[in-house]
Amino acid sequence: MASVHPAIESVLDRHRHDSGRLLQIIRDVQDSLGWIAPETAASIAAGLDIAKPRVDSMVQFYSFLYDRPVGQYRILFSDNITDRMQGSIALRDHMLRRLHLDLGEVSADGLASVDMTSCTGMCDQGPALLLNSRPIARLTLRRIDEICELVRARVPLSEWPSYYFRVEDSIRRADKMLGSSYAIGKALQIAVALGPNGVIEEMKKSSLRGSGGAGFTTAVKLYVCRNTPEGQRYIICNADEGEPGTFKDRVLLNSFADRIFEGMLICSYATGAGEGIVYLRGEYEYLRAQLETRLSELRAKRLLGAGICGVPGFDFDIEISMGAGAYVCGEETALIESLEGKPGRPRVRPPYPVTNGYKGRPTVVNNVETLCKITEVMRLGGAAYAGLGTKQSTGTKLISVSGDCERPGIYEYPWGVRISTILDECGAVDTGAVQVSGASGACLAPHEFGRRVAFEDIPTAGSFIIFNKNRDMVEMVRNFAHFFAHESCGFCTPCRVGTSLMRDLIEKVANGHGARYEINEMMRLREVMKASSHCGLGQTATNAFHDTIQKFRGDYERRLITHDFEPAFDMDAALERAREVAGRDDANAHLGANA
Amino acid sequence: MTIERYITIDGEIVHFGAGQTILQAALAAGVFIPHLCFHPDFGPHASCKLCTVTVDGRNGSACATPAMPGQEVHSDTPELNARRRVLLQMLFVEGNHFCPGCAKSGNCKLQALGYELEMFNAHYAHFYPNRGLDASHPDILLDRNRCIMCELCVRASRDVDGKSVFALAGRGRASHLVINSPSGKLGETEFALSDKAAHVCPVGAIMPKRVGYSVPIGERQFDHDSLRQKVKKHTEWRSSGEERDGATKELVNGSVAVNSVKEG
Repeated sequence: MASVHPAIESVLDRHRHDSGRLLQIIRDVQDSLGWIAPETAASIAAGLDIAKPRVDSMVQFYSFLYDRPVGQYRILFSDNITDRMQGSIALRDHMLRRLHLDLGEVSADGLASVDMTSCTGMCDQGPALLLNSRPIARLTLRRIDEICELVRARVPLSEWPSYYFRVEDSIRRADKMLGSSYAIGKALQIAVALGPNGVIEEMKKSSLRGSGGAGFTTAVKLYVCRNTPEGQRYIICNADEGEPGTFKDRVLLNSFADRIFEGMLICSYATGAGEGIVYLRGEYEYLRAQLETRLSELRAKRLLGAGICGVPGFDFDIEISMGAGAYVCGEETALIESLEGKPGRPRVRPPYPVTNGYKGRPTVVNNVETLCKITEVMRLGGAAYAGLGTKQSTGTKLISVSGDCERPGIYEYPWGVRISTILDECGAVDTGAVQVSGASGACLAPHEFGRRVAFEDIPTAGSFIIFNKNRDMVEMVRNFAHFFAHESCGFCTPCRVGTSLMRDLIEKVANGHGARYEINEMMRLREVMKASSHCGLGQTATNAFHDTIQKFRGDYERRLITHDFEPAFDMDAALERAREVAGRDDANAHLGANA
Repeated sequence: MTIERYITIDGEIVHFGAGQTILQAALAAGVFIPHLCFHPDFGPHASCKLCTVTVDGRNGSACATPAMPGQEVHSDTPELNARRRVLLQMLFVEGNHFCPGCAKSGNCKLQALGYELEMFNAHYAHFYPNRGLDASHPDILLDRNRCIMCELCVRASRDVDGKSVFALAGRGRASHLVINSPSGKLGETEFALSDKAAHVCPVGAIMPKRVGYSVPIGERQFDHDSLRQKVKKHTEWRSSGEERDGATKELVNGSVAVNSVKEG
């Protein structure tokens, strides 16, 4: 056996040679070696006593793991529709020209590479990019030039102007939750005074539902987890905020982390879970250090550890686990798979995580925002909490507003707020469309702006992208179609193949080669994907197309060709090389010239 | 009080045993529900989605949905079969499935389902993948371009053979099989013709060498009986209590998913 690289050995030791921590191990090894070479993968596999393909399948699954060298300065432009609306493509092309690179190419000297990545959650301050996992927002041509200079001068990142990396919270409207004064521990003391069943009772009274999109009742999750007869239980914080246009969790993690941690503590107390894990999306790695520091402080304050609040047996600690660029891991069972060191492929449900979750044990998975609200419910009491919002959607909701408006940012509203109210307050004028709840959400036309954000009407995970009347909605659908084709995990047939077919069809339409036929084809694909896909990704991947073809048909119609059909294969273009060789470009050298 | 353990599938009463899924119960009763990634020797996988049925009005994979008393299941309906045809077409264009040039023809479940569900063409533009061919093994040929990602070989090699020769890597459309050997070649592994994993592939991705056409076209598994008829015949054989004959053995080895789950 070849000697194992010392960097790999120390990473394996740090993770106790536990193959369940494979994703963290590969990430850490990559941090020191730059990329995962075949020998590296073999060493990791040997060190963990697992088959090498397990390592390969991880590296090839997660976008931020690399099986070939990347640039010393690895630049990834965020590719959400909002970035594009803010001119990201022109900026990217400018950078490519300045660095003499093609997209995805690594410069010959290994200095830099420029590529695209899915939405990085900076939509309120885009266009944005990630530079070696650090975000740079509010890009301008001038900033791009500066970055190119620093890269070419090989200036270490630590010496770059720190304001480049500044990320604003941009909280524009604070309501009950963001606006309240808060000190960690009080909510937990109330919880301990109530006892575990009392906590669940208060959650029931509050009618709190999950903020991640699905809206499952929090009290039921806690109750079922508590009453599943199993020893070890887990509380997982889903901080894999990948839905394009959403950035509320970024703000909560940055400035309200205590409430998240306290929410996890309350869940632990209510269910008897001994371990907590924050699954932090790879794009938010820059927040990790400050979160770790805070966790250490909480340990010092004895808010984490053994016998918390002086309650014997109330033992709980929180660990941060990193994602590595996979939208599908926002789905709770895919997230758990990822935490167990596997590619993030959603599990067959049932069983659900509350009974059979992480390591097969009862597990409560809650969204970042939900955890903050659990803390709120404890502070205010369930009944008081339910006083705000609507009957089925109690309390407040954080809306991530981006796109065409004066003041993008975080807006906290009681549930039930009208679309038009949000548009007015964020300074949106001449609004033509709003995409609610991200790429998988609903697209609303002006006649629907009187509708309300609530589980009863328009449910949302919080993304709110505004398009003015001049925007072409086909561009949005095109962007989302590429996103889903890129993010499909590949497990089930309808999503793995369907998302690619959708992308190709919308490309054909967007490029002016589509006919009614393509529109009908997409409708047919939607039916199959929605009905047969394994998880929400495939089931919702065609929503944007479905909504826009009904509400913004004009954007499609003006691109459609009038005849019935045009083949996907362009025969005349295929003859181009032959014409070149023959040195001809006259009418007779073209197909259909005499038709 | 005992609860009657039966469901209805397209109006027909189907009894089920404890712990059975809808698909297991159906196959045991000789009711055919199209499927590719299911195999009676393995747990539900639910990736091909061919077995998607409606259970009390809701869509679900028959292979992964536990049978519960009184469920009303619909499977053989024009709508569901139209969806299945689209799924088949997706599988056909995603890989390289050119039946006339494939030694698996006649023994291939993908092809048999194509006939069964009256899929007349591939409909979509072919992806023409280039996932690579691996002929390094003395006895077995691996053509990744025919793989439908059912992971039966992955499961068989890991769970039955204890070798973990295969794994699925990549994401989305880039998904592909990888091999557990330093060079990534099958020839360097301990993979053997006697392995379970060498005999579970429903398509022509994993093929024994040198026997390609020893059974001529026209005399193969699905040349006379469709998948549906095979399931029906197998159940009749089971209920008649006859000794296992050659034909049924071929059925099981050929990985036609017939139910072998014991009742009770």
